[in-house]
Parts: sequence; structure tokens; C-alpha cells
Amino acid sequence: MSNPLALLGRAATYLALSLAAFVSVFPFVWMAIAATNTSPDIIKGKATPGTALFDNIGTFLTSVDLPRVLFNSFFIAGVGTALTLLVSSLAGYGFEMFRSRFREKLFGGLLLMLSIPFAALMIPLFVMMANLKFINTYQAIILPTVAWVFIIFYFRQATKAFPHELRDAARIDGLKEWQIFLFVYMPVMRSTYAAATIIVFMMHWNNYLWPLIVLQTNDMFTLTLAVAALSAGYTPDFGLVMVGAIVATLPTLVIFFLLQRRFVEGMLGAVK
Amino acid sequence: MGVCVAQSGLARKEQVSGWLFVMPALVLLGIFMIYPILWSLWMSFQVGRGMSFSFGGFANIVRLTQDPVFLRALTNTLVFLAIQVPIMLVLALLFASALNDSKLWGRSFFRTAIFLPCVTSLVAYSVIFKSMFAGDGIINQVLLGLHIVSEPIAWLADPFWAKFVVVSAITWRWTGYNMIFYLAAMQNIDRSIYEAARIDGVPTWARFWYITVPMLKPVILFTAVISTIGTLQLFDEPNLLTQGGPSDSTLTLSMYIYNLSFRFMPSFGYAATVSYVIVVLVAILSYIQFLVARDRRA
Repeated sequence: MSNPLALLGRAATYLALSLAAFVSVFPFVWMAIAATNTSPDIIKGKATPGTALFDNIGTFLTSVDLPRVLFNSFFIAGVGTALTLLVSSLAGYGFEMFRSRFREKLFGGLLLMLSIPFAALMIPLFVMMANLKFINTYQAIILPTVAWVFIIFYFRQATKAFPHELRDAARIDGLKEWQIFLFVYMPVMRSTYAAATIIVFMMHWNNYLWPLIVLQTNDMFTLTLAVAALSAGYTPDFGLVMVGAIVATLPTLVIFFLLQRRFVEGMLGAVK
Repeated sequence: MGVCVAQSGLARKEQVSGWLFVMPALVLLGIFMIYPILWSLWMSFQVGRGMSFSFGGFANIVRLTQDPVFLRALTNTLVFLAIQVPIMLVLALLFASALNDSKLWGRSFFRTAIFLPCVTSLVAYSVIFKSMFAGDGIINQVLLGLHIVSEPIAWLADPFWAKFVVVSAITWRWTGYNMIFYLAAMQNIDRSIYEAARIDGVPTWARFWYITVPMLKPVILFTAVISTIGTLQLFDEPNLLTQGGPSDSTLTLSMYIYNLSFRFMPSFGYAATVSYVIVVLVAILSYIQFLVARDRRA
């Protein structure tokens, strides 16, 4: 008796999911199509591929120093991600694996920091960087994001699944604590690192407000800043900006698909 | 006695190692978070322009109450929060529970598709939305073609629709992200609970409401707090999509702080005061969400 109803519910589920998938994916298709059209065609809503792709690429390459900007972006995101993962996973591991009287109080304080908005930090950070003569440098962008409370929390949660016997065995084998971390913990937790890499790399790659404040010359701009500058105003040249948008999206997309399988595993470990 | 000494020696060694592991993060957080947030607090009592300021007591707080731009930015931010966060979290929860069904065909396809927006670059998706919502753009063409509207909507030029576009853009980008948290947590719910409920004839919606939601409460609380914090400091999307316009209808608190500090003649003291409004809002809202989550259990 409930069969037709269940069937209807199932159909509704598929319909809703298909709609959601379409809405999620369509803008990507739109981006690819728009990159082949002229700006006037794009804002007229032309949804068929055009012939302006090479013109758009040409104008994009003349308005942005692509190698330089790509280097800036990859350098900041690469070094930033490596340092964030290292420092934050060390802390997450330390908080979970070592007992101390103040551990939980300290960790509670750390969680409170999760709610400090960046907006309240940006002015003092700017003044600090100005005093250190760090304005318009890579370190000004990277340093404030190395210790990341959210990622520390994530690693501590994931470390709960790390078997303590492995550490005990390594200790009996005479490994030092840092060796255990480097040669036992890190390889075992590679899914956790993979998931964190996706999240942290994306955050660094897409970082907009802080670089906007600190980076001041075109030769230091990241791809995000450069494309954002091109897209300012009500009627930018959408054709060339779409090429920039594709270039900006490819790295995060590639990293996601490379690490996707591990990503789900890693997230699973952290939410237990 | 000897054993005891050895024990405490070992314990001390363990403590020292533990501190060494967490020290780099703590030092960095001290320099780049604790110190700045205290500096901001002190700064919010200073008046003056540029780097010359003097103690002004509550002058900045008085200025807040008489500043129409601040009040508009505050209202806009709260409107974004009240509309966007609930829509996004409910959608994420519904998608996650649909995708948690192991008999669902095309599960990993749907999961990847819905998560995909979250890996687009920030500028890419702003540009995409800006072009799709252009005056004669594709969205208007489709709506006109389907006879849903009789004339094009001025998406980015109308105060109401500009807010709508910003909310849609953020929801598009972050729903999949939150869904992944829920999906991961759902994998840990014992399947036999659902089986038992189904055999007892509990309908789907009731299984969702009385089993899934309570079991996921910690994760829901976590995502609610994280999203609330994110939306309260909203900057990127409105700055890229609408630059706060038209006539400040999408101006957020973070944008106003940015304008006060880096666009107009810098007024760091007043900007710090506005930033503490966000701190206070985050504190209050997180506390309320915490209370609500605890209440539901009782």
C-alpha cells in the first residue's frame, strides 16, 4: 500500500538531487562557454560556444603578467599550506596524545579563538606588518595564517582515531617523539592530511581580503587579486575575465580530483 | 619509592614533549591573534585620524549610534545572516540525508556535483555570478523565456535583488561544504537504528527528524557556529559582486571596516570599534546557538 507513495518519494528525491546537481554544475559550464564569447555576447546571455576564445586569451595575457602572478599565487598557497599543515597538525597531535593538567583548559581557550573574526584583526595586523616593514611581502600574507585554530581542531579530532599502540611500539623501538610524528603518525594519517590539504590550499588560494590590504604593487599580486581587479566595475570585459576565472579555478579543481577519494576518508575520521 | 620517582620523571618528560608539539602554534596564535585582538580593544577607545590618536573614552561607541552607514551595514549583515545561514544548513542537511541512502543510484556523482562549487576559486564564481545576473544576462533570458517574469529584473542595480544575488552566490558555494560534514557524521550513525525504525513503520520524515537530526546535533551546532562567524564577517562576495551597492544595500560590517581603515582617511580607532561589534555579535550568537542545542536534548 505504501509502495506508490515510496516510489513518489524516491522520484522526488531524484528530481531534487538532479536539480541541485544541475544548479551546482551549470556555472562551470557557463564559465567554459563564456570564455569563448565576446563580452557583449556574454552579458546578453549567449549560451552557445563562440569564436572569441583566442582573442580573450590574448587580451588576458596582455593585461596580466600571468607567469609572475601564477608564481605569487603558487608560492603563497604552497608554502602557506605546507606550514599550516605542519604547525597545526603538530598542535593537534600534541593536544590529543600528551596529557597535561592545563590541556583541556588551554584547548577550550583555543576553541574560543575560533570565534575571533578576522575583521577585528586586520587593522592591528596591518599596523604590525607596517612596523616590521613587511607590507607588500610574501611573509606578511603567510605568517598570520600558519597557526589555524580550525585546522588544529580538525587534527585533534582526527587524532582520536590514531592507535596509541602504534606510538607505544615505536617508543619501545627507541624512536624519539619527533620521529614518531614524522615517520609513524604522518604516513598513517595521510587521508586526514589529504582532506586538510584541500581545505587549507583553497583558503590560501582564495584569500582575498588580507592580500588586498597587504599587497600593493602589481608584481606582488596573486591571481585572485589580479582577476578581481580586472572584474571590478559594472561592465568589465567579461571575455578576458572568464579566461582568468578558468585559470584561477583549475589548480583547486585538479587538487580536489587528485585527493577526492582520500578527502572523504579524511573527513570521516575527523567527524567521529 | 624508586618506581614513583621514575613515574613522575616519565610524566614530566611526556609533558615537556607535549608542550614542544603545541608550542609553535601557541606562539604564533599569541602574536597574530591574541595580541592584535587586545590591541583592537585598546584601539577602540582611541579617537583621531591616521597614526595620531588620543584617548576618547566612549566617543566611538556614541559615534556608532549616530552613524547611518554603520547602522545600514549592521542591518545588511544581520539580514544576510538570518536568511542565508538557515537556508544553507537546511539544504545541506536534506541533501546529506538523501545521499546517505546506500541504495541511491548515482550517489558519488551527486555528492561530487553538489560539492564542486566549493572548489571553485573565489574570483571565478564572483565573475560567473556577475555575468549570469547581468541585466540582459542568461538568468533573465531564461526567466523571460519561461514567462516567469514579464520584464528583466535589474538584479545588481536593485537593492532587494542585489541582496538576493549575494545570498544565492554564498549558498551556491557553501552548501556542499556543509553537506560533507553532515555526510561524514551520518556514516557514524548505526544503520540498525534506521532499520528498526523502518520495520516499526516510522515514516521517512520522522526518521529524519527524530533520528538523524538529534544524532547530528554536535555537527549541526559546529557548522551553525562556523557559518554564523563566516557570514558576520562577510566581505569577499559583496565586494566582488556589488561593491556594497546599490546605495549601500549590500554593504557589510567588514566592508565598512575596510573602507574606514584603508579607503577613506584612516580612522583606525573607530574601525576597531566597529570590528568589536562583530566580536560581540559572534559571542552572543554562538552562546544562543549553544543554549538552543543544549535545550533540544532535554
